[in-house]
Order: sequence, then C-alpha cells, then structure tokens
Amino acid sequence: MQLGSIFLLALLEGLASASVLALTACGLSLVFGIMRVVNVAHGEFFMLGAVLAWFTASLIPGPPALAFAVALVVCPLIVGAIAALADMLVLKRLNYEPEATIVATIGLLYILQQGALTVFGPNALPVPAPVDFRFQFPGFGYSGYKIAVIVAAVLLLLGLWLILTRTRIGLVMRATQIDRATARAFGINVDRVYAGVFAMGAGLAAIAAVLIVPIQQAHYLMGADPLLLSFSVVIIGGLGSLRGTVVAALLIGMVDQMIPIFMPVVFPAYGAWFTPTLAKIMATLVVALVLVFRPQGLFGKRAA
Amino acid sequence: MRDKRSLILHLAVLAALLAALPLLSAYHVTNVAKIMVLAVYAMGYNIAFGYTGLLSLGHAMFFAAGLYAAGMGISLFGLSAVGALVLGPVAGGLAATLVGLLALRTAGVAFMIVTLMFAQAGYLTILYFVRYTRGDEGIVIARATRAIGSVDLSADTPRYLLAFGIFALALLLNLALVRSPFGRIMVAMRENEARSRMLGYNPYTVKLTALAVSGVYAGAAGAAYAVLFGYVGASLASVQYSILPLLYVLLGGAGTVLGPFLGALLMFYLIDYASSATSAYLFIVGAALILLVLFAPKGILGTLRERHARWLP
Amino acid sequence: MTNKLIAPTRRTVLTGMAAGGALLATGLTPRFAQAQSSEPIRLGFQLHRTGIGAAYGRWYERTATAALKVVNDAGGINGRPVEILFEDDGTDPARGAEVFGKLATQSNCDLVFGALFSHVVIGTAPRAAELKVPYLVCSEGHHVASGMLNRWTLQPGITDVKSQVQGMAPFVTQNLGKKIAMIFPDFAFGHDHRDYFSAAVAAQGGEVIAQIAIPPTETTFTRYFPQIPAETEVIYHVMVGPAVLTFVKELGEFYGTGARPQLFGFMDSLEAVDIASPGLEFLDGSHFWEAHPRYKQADASEAETTYRAAVGVDDNGAAANDPADVATYSHMFSTWETLFIIKAAMEASGYQGAADRQKFVEALEAMTDFAEGNEHPQGAKTFNGKTHQTFGIQSISKVEGGKLVRVHQTTLADGQYPDEVDYTTQSF
Repeated sequence: MQLGSIFLLALLEGLASASVLALTACGLSLVFGIMRVVNVAHGEFFMLGAVLAWFTASLIPGPPALAFAVALVVCPLIVGAIAALADMLVLKRLNYEPEATIVATIGLLYILQQGALTVFGPNALPVPAPVDFRFQFPGFGYSGYKIAVIVAAVLLLLGLWLILTRTRIGLVMRATQIDRATARAFGINVDRVYAGVFAMGAGLAAIAAVLIVPIQQAHYLMGADPLLLSFSVVIIGGLGSLRGTVVAALLIGMVDQMIPIFMPVVFPAYGAWFTPTLAKIMATLVVALVLVFRPQGLFGKRAA
Repeated sequence: MRDKRSLILHLAVLAALLAALPLLSAYHVTNVAKIMVLAVYAMGYNIAFGYTGLLSLGHAMFFAAGLYAAGMGISLFGLSAVGALVLGPVAGGLAATLVGLLALRTAGVAFMIVTLMFAQAGYLTILYFVRYTRGDEGIVIARATRAIGSVDLSADTPRYLLAFGIFALALLLNLALVRSPFGRIMVAMRENEARSRMLGYNPYTVKLTALAVSGVYAGAAGAAYAVLFGYVGASLASVQYSILPLLYVLLGGAGTVLGPFLGALLMFYLIDYASSATSAYLFIVGAALILLVLFAPKGILGTLRERHARWLP
Repeated sequence: MTNKLIAPTRRTVLTGMAAGGALLATGLTPRFAQAQSSEPIRLGFQLHRTGIGAAYGRWYERTATAALKVVNDAGGINGRPVEILFEDDGTDPARGAEVFGKLATQSNCDLVFGALFSHVVIGTAPRAAELKVPYLVCSEGHHVASGMLNRWTLQPGITDVKSQVQGMAPFVTQNLGKKIAMIFPDFAFGHDHRDYFSAAVAAQGGEVIAQIAIPPTETTFTRYFPQIPAETEVIYHVMVGPAVLTFVKELGEFYGTGARPQLFGFMDSLEAVDIASPGLEFLDGSHFWEAHPRYKQADASEAETTYRAAVGVDDNGAAANDPADVATYSHMFSTWETLFIIKAAMEASGYQGAADRQKFVEALEAMTDFAEGNEHPQGAKTFNGKTHQTFGIQSISKVEGGKLVRVHQTTLADGQYPDEVDYTTQSF
C-alpha cells in the first residue's frame, strides 16, 4: 500500500473507533462526574444494547434500515430503564458509597452477562447494516457504514452537549453535581436525577453499541473491551470531565488504530518481538501511570 | 481472656479440618484442599482490604506471580517443589511491593483502577511470553516434580496435609498480625487516616507493608496451587481471580481472621452446587455480591461479631 | 456393526484375556453380558455450556446425546445401558479439573470425555492422571500428541492441529499460491498454526512472507491488514472466537472491489456462523479447511445421512428445526465418534467397572484403525496408541453460491508426522 493510502485508512479507522468510544466513555464519565459512581457494569450495558439491537432487527421485517432505526431508539430506552431500576433498587440503597457501589456493579456485571447468555444464547449475533455501500480508495476498500457511524456519533455527541449546557435537564444535573444538598433544598428531586443520570450513562453505551453492531457482532462476552477502553479514556481525560473524555477518546482511538498501521512502516522489526500484545501492555501501563502521577488526567485541571 | 478464647476457636477450626480428612470422600478432600489454598489467597486479600481498607482489583497479579514463579521455576529451571513453595511468596510480595510503590500514591476509586490496570498488564505479559508460558493454554507441572522427597503431593492425603499446613501457618500468622501493634495501626489507617497520621504513623509505609504482606499470602497461595494442582495458566491471572477473593472476604466477613476461609468454603460449594443444578451460576455470583453489599456488608462473621461475639478477631 | 469397527492387535486381546480372565469382548451375546451386571455404564461429559466455548458446547451436547441414543438402541455397551452425565465447566481450566473430579469420584463415572478448549484439557489432564480415570478429549489441540499430558489422556476422535495443517498445506501451495501471509491470534493456538504451517509450506517449496499476530482481546481488525504484503498470493487466516465474523467481514471490506489474494481459512472462523450472513458475500470463491463438510456433499455416504438425521442437522449444516441455528459441524462429530470408540474399547477390554479402567486404556492404545461407517461418519482414521492421537482425513471446500463445496480431500498419509512421545512406556 502507498503511504498516502495507509494514512487515509489509519485516519478513517481511528475516527470510527474514536467516535464510538467517545459515546461509550461519555456515559461512564457522566455517571462518575455527577454521581461519583464507578460503574463496572458499563461494558455490560454496552453489550445489552448490542444484543437487543440484534433482537429488534430479528423481530422487525422489511428493510434493514427500518429495523436499525427502531433499534437505535428502542434499545437505549430499554437499557436505560434497566439501569434506572438498578440504581433505584441497589445503588441508592448503598447511598452511593464508592466501594460498595463498585462491588454492586461487579455483581450487576455478572447478572447481566448471565442474563444475556440465558436469553439470547452464546452465538455471535450479526445485524445487517442499514446502508450497504463501499468506498473504493486507492489500495483499499472502506465500508460506507463506518463513515456513517462517524457522522452519527458526532451528531449524538453534539446533542449530548446541547442537553447538558442548554436545557433545564442539564442545569438540574449540573446543580446536583455541584452540591447535592443544596440542589435538594431548591426542590430538585435528587433521587430522580441520579436514576436519570445512571440511565443516561447506560443509554449512551447502548447507543454506541447499536451503532457498532453492524460492524461487530453482538455477543454476550463483548462488554469487557469497551469497559477497559472507556476506563482508560475517562482516566486520561480526567475523571468526570466530559470535554476531556471526548478529547481522550479521540487520542486513544486514534493511537490504538494507528500503532498497528504505522509501526510496521517505520519499524521493520515490528511483529518480531514488538508485537501488538506488547503495545497493549505498554498502553495499559501508561494509563495506570497517568492515574498515579496525573490523577486529574492529561487534559483536566487539578481539582481545588 | 479474650485472646485465649479466640485462640481456642482458631485452633478448634484447624483441628476440625484435620479431623475431617479421613471422613471426607475423595471429591471433597480435593475440594477442601483447594478451598484452603484459596482461603490463604483470600486471607491475604483481607489483610489489604478488610484490615487496611485497600480495595484492590489487581490481586490476581500477586497470585499469578506466585503461581508462575513456582510453575516456571519447576518446569524451566528445575526448581524443587519446596523451592517453588518458597519462591512463590517472595514473588508475590515483590510484585505487591512494586505495584504498591506506585498505586499507593492514589486512594479509593483511583487505587482500584490502578491495580486493575496493573493486573491487566500482568495478564497480557503472560500472553506475551507465550513461548514459555503457553499463554492462555497454560502448562502442566510434571507429576514427578510435584513431590517432597518420596511424598507424592498429587495424591489426595499428602496434598490435603500440605494445603492444611500452609493454611494453618497462614491463619496463625494472620491472627498474630492483627493482634500485634502493627495490626492495630492497619485498622487505624482504615478507620481514620488523618488521625493516625497525627499520631505519627506514615500512611504510605503502613499501607505498603500491609500490601506487601498481602502479596506474600497471595503468592504463597499461587505457588501452592501450582505445586498441588499441577496446572499453571493465564486464566488464573485474569480479572476474575481478582474478584474471587473479594467475594470470599465479603461473604465471610471483611476484617475477620476466619472470614476468608468461611467465605471461600461457602462460595465454592455454592458454585459447585449451582453449576450442576443450573447453567446460570454466574447469576448466583452476581446476586451474592449485590445481596451482600446491600444487606450484610460486614459478611457473616462481621455480623456475628457485631451482634454476639465482640471478641472475634 | 462391531466387527468392522476396530481391529485390536491379537497380542493385546490375548493379554487382556489372560490378565482379566474374562472374555467379554465383541461377539458375546447380550444375555450373557447382562448376567454380569445390569448397572448402567456412566460416562461423564465435561461440557462447555457457559463461557467462551458455549457455542460449541450445546452442539457437543446434542451430538453426544444423539450418539448415546444409537448406542443404547443397539443394546448399550457390553449389554449394559449407558448414561452420559453432562456437567458445565464454564470453559475454565480450574473449574474443568473440579468438574472432572466431581464426575469421576462423586458421580462414579467410568470415564470422562468431551472437552474441546485446549486450556480446559490441559488444566484437567493432571487430575485425570491423579484419579487414574480415562480422559478422552475432543479438542484438536496438539497437546496430547506433543507428550505434554499423560497416559490417561487420549484424543481418539479428532485429528490434531499439527496433522491438519500439514495435510492441507500441499493443497494451498499447489493450487492457490506459494507466497503466503498468515493472520493468526497471538496465543498458543495461533502459534501452533504459525509454526506447523510455516514448516509445512517450506517443505512444499512455498514461503510464508508475513506472519501477522493479532492480540486475543482484539475486536476490530482492519488496522492489521496493511501489513499484508502486496505480493501476497494467499492469505491464510485462523482467527477464532466471537469476533471472527467481524474479522472476515472487515477483510472483505478491505479488499473491496479491488484485486485480492486467494483466501484460505480455517473453518473455526465460521463455526456456528451462517455463511450467508450479511457482509460475507465476498467469501465466494475462497477456500476453507473443514474436518467435516458442513454442507451435505453430492457424494455423501449413507453414514453421513444417518448421522445428520440422528443429530438433527439439515443439509446446510443447521439445526433441522431452526435454519438460523448453525452447527459447529467441523468439530462436533468427535463426540459422536469418541462415544463409539469408548464402546469398542470397553467391549475389547471386557470392561466391567472402575477396576478395569487401566485395561480400557490399554485396549484403546492397541487400536489402530477406525473404518468409515455409522460409527465414524467423518471418515476413516488411524489411531496411534503411542501418541494417543487419531489421524483422519481433511476436506478443503470452496465457497460457491453461498455453500461450501468440497474440492479436495487429504489422505491419511498426508497428515502423518514422526511420534513425539510414547505414552505406553509411562506407568499408569
């Protein structure tokens, strides 16, 4: 492949993965930012969104685009409802005590995973893409759907930003984040805000999953990877900072995609001892070290 | 009086475990041997989490350090079983110290994520060295090497006895540790870090020491696992093995000496029973975690201690 | 049907008679056999019902259950009825060893079989040797024949990966191309492919010009494809796990409408996956290795028809009652065939109960050939008692119009390699 083609491919792959990652990680970041809850089950909400998308697509006859559009609306709602239920039944009763909620969400992770296996089975479940065309670039072909995903994710992120900054819902959420007690004193139903935020976080993961599922398949064990990547993104971006999260998602998504594409070009020994697995080890350690030495993230301001 | 009573209780538990050996069927002998090994691991976890308040999601790395030090030591470097059992805790303690030096600069949620990330890196490292470790497939420790002198450790009775020996040693040391002045400092660190700092204790060194001891326990359990059960594989270093001891400790009672063993025993048989009755045993694990934090956050022995037996260590 | 099943060597049969004093081998009347004991023979089955192997597990269960019915309808083993006890191992090696112990000592199974995933096999095998209970695996890993395991662990029902790879390499170099790029998962299974296939290709005068290892946790793959050299004539891919469909689709998208090398894949990539899934159209014209052709071939044997009907698989390799439920057809036959081998070895050894487990292993080690037929629908096999490994024929199929059509079949000789171990010299 020509260097130009390689660069274009890396750019497209990086953007596609970064955009979906940004959506998923924003969900995690939102929940942490407002509720101070680390949701270990976040990856399972992602998985649930994907599996439900398959289920919706298999129920609705007609063109794939119609089923997909329905899935894009319905799945996040269902997943959000499940999340809100989990919040009211479990997290609220724990008074959002950080360590107890971590343990509880680990439990939730197992329950959701087992539920998906029991109900939907162990197979990888494919969903047809709503649009089916390919771009033929010099040296490689590229899925038109992936480009559609990038556009859709950017629009969704814009929508999220508008909700958070321009609507009453966003105002209430920010007020609750800043001071729970005062918000309550001003007549805000904090319980409802928390349930709503938790549902919204899970819903964002579910939307990301519906977008990704025509590219990857739905599978009951698919939640681990988005969870770890979202963790990394949220840490690099600074815990709870949405802007940092988006920037970090872009960075991590791009780097993650570009290393295997460019390393063999610039470093011929790549693949011999410097394998992608070694790259992953180093990336994981970098995330850990950022949290140790720069807990506010690479883009966050140090908290007062 | 209080000390004597608790000592008697722990000795009685040990005596009961020894007396159970001839009564148990072959299946349960192996199970209880494994439970005792896992309980050593959970005791180590408890020293960090239950007593010192360090919620780690990376202990699988310390367990795996012992497991692989013993397994690789035997299979690649011709180490003896005894040598492996000594090397394991050293490796576990070393891994915990190294992780602790960095991770203990953080606290709470960040500490949890940092340990999780380090353990993930450790897991990937095992996969990276697939030429030696056989990665996810793992390796079998040759049966001939699993022996002390002429005693075959892969036979039911010697295996049980050695597991018992390691467990008894770990339990009594744990008891001594929590009664020692240092044990009280650990608890003080958990309860009120600012205050213990004012009393002149450096939280960083106290926590690091506790984590290192915790790692020694985990490493010892890992080495015992390799030697006694003959298998070393990457799945034993996965995040699931960081969650297991947490589950055991929560169930049995965090901050109690016997809690980890009780939790391991109950959870092992709960899963064993559930997996033959239903294919949904993961559901049971999940539900147990949630129900415990909701309704019995102190676990069985912690609740017992609160209500009836305040002397329980 | 028993007489054409196996040919134990005369020596072992005689030894068996002298040692055991009981002549309960093939050919005795069921009535006589029943007089000995009518207790059912209990076979344990280590089942991947949950965990990463679950897609395989349910088909393993269905196939073994179907074979069990055939065995019992024909009078059981040694005139005794046979039971299979399935126990979930979560596709986890530690749990696998526990389940083995449970089946062997708690449920009093005579032996245990059925495990597929290599790490479960390797994690369980030491326990089999400790308990001295036969462990018959259905895994296609090279772990048995490599000498890593023990006298009690055997793989009589399915060919190992080293033999498979060696058998099909000549087809690749002679028909598809000599410059090959390999894409494989960066863990033990993938490394086996890398090592054995590279060696086999070199022996054929071909060359593996790129070895692209992909980390096992990966879920998208496009970024690895630029590493495929431009002069590549054949891409050999062996990805496994739930993400494989993504892999195959992305490979299709990557080449798009442009010229692409020949594709040669390992069927594991598409086990339990419908080849007519959206996005897989580009596979048309590519080749796959299959142990057992998923689509019923025009020249299928009568045994093949019988086998499909018994397990409940249609001509397209999906469940007879649900065309969307695609089987793990290239692997699951091993549980069927292993059950019939158990029957043959139990009958050859005059197996009565737990005390005869060693005689059972010896009788199995003495077997050499399995003829194609109802007991072995996948085809004829030779069994090497020293390495505990079976060697069968392999098929290479081409995707034509959304179906796999066999274009080549290897011979038994193609897959042979020198012994790496002699388990019969090890003590029990």
